[in-house]
Amino acid sequence: MNPVLNAGAAPIATSFFFYFLAGAAILSGLLVITRRNAVHSALALIVTLLSVSGLYLMLYAPFVAGVQIIVYAGGIMVLFLFVIMLVNIERVSKERQFNRIWPVGLLASCALLAVFLAAFTKGKDLFHDRPITLPEDSNTQQVATMLYGEVVKTIQNPKGQYMIGQYTFAFEIASLLLLVAILGAVIMTKKKI
Amino acid sequence: MVPITTMHYLVVAAALFVLGVVGVLTRRNVVIILMSIELILNAVNLNLVAFSRTWGNLHGQLFAIFIVVDAAAEAAIGLGILIAFFRNKETINVDEIDLLKW
Repeated sequence: MNPVLNAGAAPIATSFFFYFLAGAAILSGLLVITRRNAVHSALALIVTLLSVSGLYLMLYAPFVAGVQIIVYAGGIMVLFLFVIMLVNIERVSKERQFNRIWPVGLLASCALLAVFLAAFTKGKDLFHDRPITLPEDSNTQQVATMLYGEVVKTIQNPKGQYMIGQYTFAFEIASLLLLVAILGAVIMTKKKI
Repeated sequence: MVPITTMHYLVVAAALFVLGVVGVLTRRNVVIILMSIELILNAVNLNLVAFSRTWGNLHGQLFAIFIVVDAAAEAAIGLGILIAFFRNKETINVDEIDLLKW
């Protein structure tokens, strides 16, 4: 195996794990869009999310993998399951599952897949797997520093001074977005506004 | 054994993206359409993290985290709208949501 070619995206484990996780993600993704019962779709989506989280681990992104498990599989999917509980699922699961123009949608999706594959086959020389590796040990700490900022201690200032991170402002804006989403969801689901 | 390159991850992400698009375009159940949107966002996240690995910096991972935040907000609002709609019309099929059609 060529070490220079392999160094850019060297997998943590063997490539067996990649194929296993990718296969699990795609198979359960297929289950998500084909199941009649929405609860089954939600459970298949959880499998997809966990597999994608495993792929993040293989890409040396442990923080994103943790966020994926906590926020997606722990938060958003619980929200989905609660809404499935609230709406009447029995009647819907007995009805037609696909809309009237599904062949058109399938055709459009196949066209999109063809575009992707053409781009990948024609453009695979545009970027190379360069032998640059992320610092694996301090990855999570670096992400946290970019998000929250850090306290820099110097000899002149031993108590330290807070330095804003590169994405701290965007992080605060994201919290504002979540606040708006919470308020919107509460107002939307109120019986009488 | 072929080493796993960025292209492998891109192909997986493209497959997930297309599955999500198929779900959005063909299903009638709004809950499953929202789940398909989550599939699409996951595919985008996988692309971002894979490219972050390729270029050797962490900006892609940060962007992926913000997309997760966005997905949470979108799911909350979407499911709220869904519940409000279900209360009015007793259905969650998209082709029966045609109040604005003439």
